[in-house]
Amino acid sequence: MNAKLANRVATIIITSFAYLIILILAGLLGYILYNGLSVIDWDFVTSPPESLSAGGGIGPQLFNSFYLLILTMLITTPLGLGAGIYLSQYAPKNKLTNGIRTSIEVLSSLPSIVVGLFGLLIFVTYTGWGYSLISGALALAVFNLPLMVRITEEAIETVPKEQIEASLALGISKWKTITHVILPAAIPGILTGTILASGRVFGEAAALLFTAGMSSPALDFTSMDITSSSHPLNPFRPAETLAVHIWKVNTEGLIPDAREVADGASAILVLSVLVFNITARWFGSWIYRRITSHS
Amino acid sequence: MNNNIIECSDVSIYYGPTQAIRNVDITFPKSSVTAFIGPSGCGKSTFLRSLNRMNDLIPNTRVTGEILLDKEDIYSDAIKVDQLRKKVGMVFQKPNPFYKSIYDNIAFAPKYYGKKKKELDEIVESSLRKAALWDEVKDRLHKSAYALSGGQQQRLCIARAIALKPDILLLDEPTASLDPLSTQKIENLVVELKQEYTIIIVTHNLHQAARISDSTAFFYMGNLIEHTETKKMFTKPSQKKTEDYITGRFG
Amino acid sequence: MSKQKWENTLGRTLTLICAAILLITAISITYFIGSKGLATFFKNDVSIGEFLTGTQWNPDGEPGKFGAFPFIFGSFVVTFLAVAIAAPLSIGAAIYMTEIKPRFGKKVLKPVIELLVGIPSVVYGFIGLSVLVPFIRNTFDDTMGFSILAGGIVLSVMIIPTITSLAADALEAVPQDLRNASLALGATRWQTIWRVVLRTALPGILTAMVLGMSRAFGEALAVQMVIGNTTALPTSILDPTNTLTSGITANMGNTIAGTVANNALWSMSLLLLIMSFVFILLIRLIGKKKVM
Repeated sequence: MNAKLANRVATIIITSFAYLIILILAGLLGYILYNGLSVIDWDFVTSPPESLSAGGGIGPQLFNSFYLLILTMLITTPLGLGAGIYLSQYAPKNKLTNGIRTSIEVLSSLPSIVVGLFGLLIFVTYTGWGYSLISGALALAVFNLPLMVRITEEAIETVPKEQIEASLALGISKWKTITHVILPAAIPGILTGTILASGRVFGEAAALLFTAGMSSPALDFTSMDITSSSHPLNPFRPAETLAVHIWKVNTEGLIPDAREVADGASAILVLSVLVFNITARWFGSWIYRRITSHS
Repeated sequence: MNNNIIECSDVSIYYGPTQAIRNVDITFPKSSVTAFIGPSGCGKSTFLRSLNRMNDLIPNTRVTGEILLDKEDIYSDAIKVDQLRKKVGMVFQKPNPFYKSIYDNIAFAPKYYGKKKKELDEIVESSLRKAALWDEVKDRLHKSAYALSGGQQQRLCIARAIALKPDILLLDEPTASLDPLSTQKIENLVVELKQEYTIIIVTHNLHQAARISDSTAFFYMGNLIEHTETKKMFTKPSQKKTEDYITGRFG
Repeated sequence: MSKQKWENTLGRTLTLICAAILLITAISITYFIGSKGLATFFKNDVSIGEFLTGTQWNPDGEPGKFGAFPFIFGSFVVTFLAVAIAAPLSIGAAIYMTEIKPRFGKKVLKPVIELLVGIPSVVYGFIGLSVLVPFIRNTFDDTMGFSILAGGIVLSVMIIPTITSLAADALEAVPQDLRNASLALGATRWQTIWRVVLRTALPGILTAMVLGMSRAFGEALAVQMVIGNTTALPTSILDPTNTLTSGITANMGNTIAGTVANNALWSMSLLLLIMSFVFILLIRLIGKKKVM
C-alpha cells in the first residue's frame, strides 16, 4: 500500500471514529432530553415521590441535591482556597509538600464508593450522625476537595508575575498581596472551576448511598423547628438526592412508573450539568472582560 | 555633611553559583537622576533590584557588601523589607496596574498604611497631578485602570509609587514598551520629579540617559565600568569600553 | 510583633492547616479502610488466598465462603473491555480534533466533549439499563441482557469523553515545528501523525488511558445497574457477573457492621484502594519515561 493511499484510508477511519463518537454522544444526550422533557412538568419537580403507585414527583430529591451542593461547597471552598494558596505561594520544597501533593493525587483518584465507605465509617457511624446531609456533605467534600485545590492553584498560576511584583514593591505584605491582589485576579478562574466542580458534585451518587442515605423524610417547608427531621434545612436529617433516586427507583424501586421518573430525573440532572457548564463559560469570560476591559 | 542618600560599597550579587554583579562601589546624591546604561545582561537591572530588595523574591540570590540608605544597611536584620520598599518605590518595564480602578490603584498602598478616606482622596489627586495624569483621568477615577493607554498606565504606575511619598524612585526601563510620544511625557515627568525624589533609571536608550540624567553609570558584564556626570560621560568618557559602547561599537 | 507580621504568620498557618487536612484525610482513609479491610483476615481468620482466588462467595453459609475472585475478575474484565472499546475511538477522535479539523475541534468538539465528562454516571447506567440491556436481550438468544458486554459498553461510553479530552490535550502539546519538519520532508499527514505526533504524545495518551481505566475500575452504580450481580464466574461475555464496586454497593446496606460478611466487603474496598494506588504508580512511571 503506498503512502498516499494509507493516508487516505487512515483519514477516513479516523474521521469515521470521530463521527461515531459524536453520534453516540449526541444520541445519548438527545435520548435523555427527548424522553425526559415529556415527563417534566411543575407537578413532577415539586411533588414528593410515591412509594408504591405511579404519579410521584422528585421535589424533595431536587431540593436535597441543591442543598447538599451548597453545604458541600461551603465546606470545600474555603479549604480548597486555603490549600491552593499554600501550595502555590508558600509551600517549600520538602517532604511535607510532597506528601500533600501525593495526597491530592490519591484523593482525586479514589473511587467515589470508597469515599462513601470512609464517610460511612467516620461521619455516619463514628460521630453518630447517622445517614444525614452533613455526613453526605463531608463525604462529597473529600471527593471534591482535591479538584478545588487544583482549580485554585491553576487560577493563581495565571495571575501575571508583574501584579505580584507591583504589590510587593509598594511594601505590601505577602499575605495582603495574596488576599488583595492575587486572589481578586484569580477569581474568574476559581469561579469558573468551582461552577464546573459543582456539576460534578450535583450528579454524584455512589459516595452518597451510605452517607446521606437512600431515603428522605417528608419535608415540611412551613416548619420552624430546624431540629425536626421534616425541616428542609436540618443538616442532620437523611436526604436522598436526585442522582441517588435514579439509581434507587431502577434497582430497588417498587413504583410502576420507575422508567418515567428516572427519565425525568435524568433529564433534569443532564440539564443541570449543561447549565453549570454554560454558566461557567459565560461567567468566566464576562468577569475576565470586566477586569481587563479597554472600554 | 554629605548629600548622598544611598552609598554602596563592594556590592556583589550572586544567583546561585553565578555572579551577576562584581564589587560595585557607587553613591547616589539626593534629588538627582542617575541613569544605568549597558548592554543586555550586564547586571544593571539586577543591581537596581537590589536597592529595594526585590531580588529577595528570586530563590538562591545572595548579596554581599554594603548598601546604606540614609546610613542604614538595608540588608541588616533590623530592616523591615516592607518599610524599605515603602521608602524606595519602583516602576517596572511593563506597565502593571492592578486589576482595580484608577483610584484604587493609587489608594491601595496608602490605605494599607492606615490613611483615612479623606486623606486618600487628597493623596490620589496630588499623586495623579504629580504624574501629570490628573487632567486626563479626573472624570473616570473609578473606571478600570486597563481602560487607559499604555503610556497613561505607566504614569499611573509612577503615581502609584509616589503616593507613598518615597525618598527614592527606581525606574526599570519604564519607557521600553511605550511609543515616542508617551516616552517623551515620561521623560519630562522624570525631570520634573527629581525636585522631590532621588531617581535611578535603567535605560537601553542612550539618548534618554543623555537627556534626563545628571549622572550616568555604565555597567558591563557585572562590573561598574564608569560612573560620572552625564555630560562628561557622553563627551569625554575616561574608559575605552565606555567610549566603544556609547559610540555604538557594541551593545 | 507588628500587625503585618502577625497577619503574615496567621495567613501562612491557616493555609498550611487547609493543606494539611488533605494529607490527614488521605492518611486516615488509607488507615481506616486498611484496618477494616484487613480485619477479615486477621480477626475473622479468612484466608487471604481464599479471598483472592476462591470462586465461592457465600458469606452467610455455614461455614461462610469468601472467595472474591468472581468480583475481582469481573472488575478487571469489564475495565479492560471498556478501555478496549473506548481507547481506539477516543484516540481517533482526539486525532481528528487536533490534526484533521483543528478549528472545528477546538471550537465545537472539545467543549462538547468536556461537557460530557461531567454527565453523572448514574445517567449512563440508566441509559444502559433502559436501552442497552433490552437490546442485548433481543439480539442474542438465551440472555437476560445483564452482562459483561453491557457493563463494558456502558463504561466505555462513560470514559470516552475523559480519554478523548486528555488525549487531545497531549496531542495539542506536540510542538507545531515537529509536524512542519515532517511535512516538509515530504511525509503525508498520516505518516506525520503516526511517526511523529503520536510518538511524541505517547506518554500523554497512555496517561489518558490509565485515567480512563481507573475511572472505569472504580465506577460503582453505572456498572451495578447493568452487570446482573450474580456471583458465579462468567463463561462468556454475555453472562452476567459482578464487580468489586457493585458487590459493595449491593451488599453494604444488607449486612451488619462487625460481622464477617460486612468485613469482607471492606476487604473488597481495600482492594479498590490498592488498585487506585497502582493506577497512580502507573501514571508516575509513564511520566518518568519521557520517550517510550
